[in-house]
Amino acid sequence: MANGILVFAEQRGGSLNRATFETIAAAQTLGRTLGQAIEAVLLGYGVAELAAQLAGYDLSRVIQIDHERLAEYTPDAYAQAMEHVVRMVNPKYVIMPHTYLVRDFAPKLAARFKRDLISDCVRVNVVEGRPIFTRRVFLGKMDADVASDDDPPIFVTFQSGAYRAEQAAKGAGANISQIDLEINEPRTKPEPAFQEVKQAVDLSKAEIIVAVGRGIKSQENLALAQQLADLLGGELAASRPICDAGWLPIDRQIGSSGQTVAPKLYIALGISGAIQHLVGMKNAGTIVAINKDPEAPIFDVADYGIVGDLFEVVPALIEELKKFRT
Amino acid sequence: MKTIVLMKQVPNRDAVLRINREGTWIEEGDLSYEANESDAYALEEALRLKEKHGGEVVICSMGPQRVKSMIKDGLARGADRAVHIVGDDLAHLPPLASASLIAEAIRDERPDLILAGLQSDDYGYAQTGVILAELLGLPHATIVIEIEKTGDALRVKRELESGWYQWSSIPLPALLTIQSGINQIRYATLKGIMAAKKKEIREVKPSIQNLGELVHQRVERVYAPQKSKQTQFLGNGDAKAAAAQLAEKLHAEVRVI
Repeated sequence: MANGILVFAEQRGGSLNRATFETIAAAQTLGRTLGQAIEAVLLGYGVAELAAQLAGYDLSRVIQIDHERLAEYTPDAYAQAMEHVVRMVNPKYVIMPHTYLVRDFAPKLAARFKRDLISDCVRVNVVEGRPIFTRRVFLGKMDADVASDDDPPIFVTFQSGAYRAEQAAKGAGANISQIDLEINEPRTKPEPAFQEVKQAVDLSKAEIIVAVGRGIKSQENLALAQQLADLLGGELAASRPICDAGWLPIDRQIGSSGQTVAPKLYIALGISGAIQHLVGMKNAGTIVAINKDPEAPIFDVADYGIVGDLFEVVPALIEELKKFRT
Repeated sequence: MKTIVLMKQVPNRDAVLRINREGTWIEEGDLSYEANESDAYALEEALRLKEKHGGEVVICSMGPQRVKSMIKDGLARGADRAVHIVGDDLAHLPPLASASLIAEAIRDERPDLILAGLQSDDYGYAQTGVILAELLGLPHATIVIEIEKTGDALRVKRELESGWYQWSSIPLPALLTIQSGINQIRYATLKGIMAAKKKEIREVKPSIQNLGELVHQRVERVYAPQKSKQTQFLGNGDAKAAAAQLAEKLHAEVRVI
């Protein structure tokens, strides 16, 4: 009978992701409530040290597949290795971080068990013995409670930041099992990962950021935001659609595919606050959001909110701030 | 090269969402709809590949009759024809069931390439494309931001996290999920709109009898997200008052001016 929780531990370039420890914390929370033991699985090549690091956490076992064909991530090799481990362990739940890497192979893995993923969850609560997973829908505007009462395995991914990595409990030292497996040649051939030419702007060092989103409407209107940024001695930044449109260079993009920042002050102008943007700025000291839509998810993380037309509010704000300058 | 583009019609991004009386989903009666953002980029990318390398672009969409407006718009932009899997509740299926229906509908088309947006703006599962690739036995790559064709293969640039990228070679036939911003989307021309009227939209019925067996997750309740912060709202609708109050906060509490 299926039992226990299997956690996928993600590593890249010789270290375990922060998201891995967040996922361990999520699994431990669920495991304690349901009385289920937790095992972790680590894939890679030359990753014995990382397996030892994982074994320091409160887990019943660490399963490691160390194979040359897992040196570079490919969806074929990862799905094959994970399929093998899931069939061997026969867990009730398979819990993974909702990273770009997991998004790439995990739907394929789940499909081999005639399942899909309960993806991108922000929390789990056990209600009368049933786990209820909460995920964001409509680009963060709504929360949905999702249940699965079907036969295991149940595949779940958690959003980055849903649980705190520091909450992952250390243990007495888990056993490490190395699994040997023939891995087929992957169909995709990855080249080495790279970063674009050194970014001209390092927004992570900025104390004050004024960021614009779709609500700014046109490239000409950026001047207004720039004026506010200049007055405050801050940097101008943007959400993805602005950089996609080419109105600002990509090195000024905040969010999961751009920069992650934590300035003292973050002013969001006309940014609705899709999850991909929020993960890049929600740790700012003070967040101000100006948006015409009172339902915009940006207000969920804002300390100060103004519901209104930014083209009325910002010029008035500039005038008010000038008073403090003189 | 024959390319199939998967497109989903989703509520307008600016739509005001109201929760239905049962609290199980949003009220759909009075919503307006549009093409899912990353799917629109996927269509544009397919049209560009066709302009460079020749072939055919086929839109595949699933949902009630309202989906036709999005399909026609795609045909007006330059797609050659479309397959519409018709059914009222199909937009609400979880990804395994969706991908299974799509697989049955397009299997005989034998495309060289399938493109899909990286995720939908309504449910946001981010899985249908990858599961479809698995069901059809195709290799895939996700979150693609550039495509080069090299003989019988593609070289694709994938977005990783935190500003990292990676090129991968992938043999055809293959499936790619496309990130928003990969290109600049064209508008339909009047000529395109006229030409679209003559293009084929093939309607197919869902071909799987026991769809329930493919449904393994159920939305039980939707609600406004719990706030992680207590937001102090300023101005109460008056822009000038809001600006004055905010300036005072930035001065006295945040101390940035």
